[in-house]
Amino acid sequence: MLEVRHLHLAFDDLVLADDMSFTLKAGQTHVIIGPNGTGKSSLLKALFGDLAPQQGRIFFQDQEIDRKHLGEWRQHFGYMPQDIRLDVGLSVLEVVLLGQLDALSLKLGDSLLEEALGALHQIGLVHLANRDVRTLSGGQCQMVLFAQALMRQPKILMLDEPVSALDLHFQQVMLDHLDSQTKAKDWVSVMVLHDLNLAAQYADNLLVLKGGKLVAHGSPKEVLTPELVETVYGVKADVILDSAGVPFIRTQRNGHEAPLAAVV
Amino acid sequence: MIDSNIVHSALKAQRSYERRRFLIISLLALLLVLSFVFDIATGPSMISVLDVTHALAHLFGFPVEVANTTQIIVSSLRLPMAVMAVVVGGSLGVGGAEMQTLLNNPMASPYTLGMAAASGFGAALMLYLGSLGLESNVAVPIGAFVCCMLSASLLFGLAMMRHITSGQLILAGIALLFLFQSLLSLVQFVSSPELSQQILFWLFGSLTKSSWTNVSITAGMITLCLIILIKDSWKLTALRLGEERAKSLGVDVTRLRLKTLVLVAIMTATVTSFVGIIGFIGIVAPNIARMLVGEDQRYFLPLSFLVGAFLLSSASVLSKVIVPGALFPIGIVTAIIGVPFFFWLIMSKRR
Repeated sequence: MLEVRHLHLAFDDLVLADDMSFTLKAGQTHVIIGPNGTGKSSLLKALFGDLAPQQGRIFFQDQEIDRKHLGEWRQHFGYMPQDIRLDVGLSVLEVVLLGQLDALSLKLGDSLLEEALGALHQIGLVHLANRDVRTLSGGQCQMVLFAQALMRQPKILMLDEPVSALDLHFQQVMLDHLDSQTKAKDWVSVMVLHDLNLAAQYADNLLVLKGGKLVAHGSPKEVLTPELVETVYGVKADVILDSAGVPFIRTQRNGHEAPLAAVV
Repeated sequence: MIDSNIVHSALKAQRSYERRRFLIISLLALLLVLSFVFDIATGPSMISVLDVTHALAHLFGFPVEVANTTQIIVSSLRLPMAVMAVVVGGSLGVGGAEMQTLLNNPMASPYTLGMAAASGFGAALMLYLGSLGLESNVAVPIGAFVCCMLSASLLFGLAMMRHITSGQLILAGIALLFLFQSLLSLVQFVSSPELSQQILFWLFGSLTKSSWTNVSITAGMITLCLIILIKDSWKLTALRLGEERAKSLGVDVTRLRLKTLVLVAIMTATVTSFVGIIGFIGIVAPNIARMLVGEDQRYFLPLSFLVGAFLLSSASVLSKVIVPGALFPIGIVTAIIGVPFFFWLIMSKRR
């Protein structure tokens, strides 16, 4: 359980979190949504200890973040930042291995290599294991970095826009894998997404941020309403339930309200 | 669940990639031994390669018959210089490799952040001040070392700050480079023509001042730094994924950066203070190593050493044979052979 109490985070007069409190349960996927520049990434960085908040306390299983010994705190985390460029002369396998940085020595044992290959295999990328990462596409890089984060065997997994470069197939592979592993291994999974439909499908708990405030949180079905989409994004939208009973968001074009005559 | 065949073949491919890289390292080591022997063999009086190997074997206590003069030339004249070439070339190679890793820029070298300019100024100042009453071959290296470390400590201060980017570090380093270059010009401007000549000669870089004392000091320092660097090899590899990603993998980036910068500064200061400024090896060697084995530091680091050592050792051979009987300053030779080579490297990297 990851707990945030009265978090206040600001850069000069840009307030990114204003007295924000929430609890993220283990075994659930928590999805953060909100407009650009609301501090979603900064919130993840604050949880990771890379940004020091002006006020507030962060706990994980009764352990409080200790800014003097961040190494210990960060052991719990698998964190995948937004940037997916990999411009380095390493093979895919080597990049994944780096996920277990502390376990690596000059001579690598078979078990460690097998573990990394296993991580790649689970997301269907083992055939790329020996490729130079500079020859990969953006989406492939993103999947490799996901495998790297899994390799850390985290208790808290934080993904910052993890599907930004993925095609439909790999979106599904990654998010399904994330969902099943989160439940099987009791992780606290936190992810920032922009696609509200993906968020609705995969979130156990949805957190909506705007202007440094937690505007709404809860299950997607409760949270995602036309009113919320309009207040948060300023966009009119229809919210329909799909065949599985999951909200589906369809935005309306500006200035194209259906003319009454067309209804006939 | 896991398709063991495909995993197994990927594992085997990784192992053979490891073997291949190990082979490349062994090959370079062999080349280095060859150039080392040739380096001892060439000079005003040419010694045959066979005599050199005999003399070396004799030195290590094997019962081999060697002419007395050959033995003396090899062990007290040629050998210190040849060892110095290996140690200096190697540490410039490693210094370059780590600077490039640290600054995330393949154009960086140990000299990028103004360390060479600072040593040059330190040496020049010492020469100008008449060595402060000390013997000049003691005082000048000390001056160069101290000045280089002073300039580097400004960078250490910067590197200790959190959230400073490598780009800002490069800018600060380049500012220092210009500062010390101007200060060096100032010293040259105010000193007599003879002194100015002496300063210029120091700046060229030369292995001729190698004695067993300074060879041992240099070798000791470099070995120590190398051991510490090798221990951090995986962290340094992680750093190349980008600072933010390295942090996400649990690397204390600020600390690693500071530590590596200190080690590179010590290596560079030691080397330049004894042999002056030898250009280009620091840029070229890591780039060759990267092309051969990639950036897994377990291979990249040793290979950068070997390539650097091989380049300087063979430049030393060249410097002795270009003009028979005269000794060309090695710093000039490395830049002259380095530049065309570097151009070729840039062109071949076009995609």
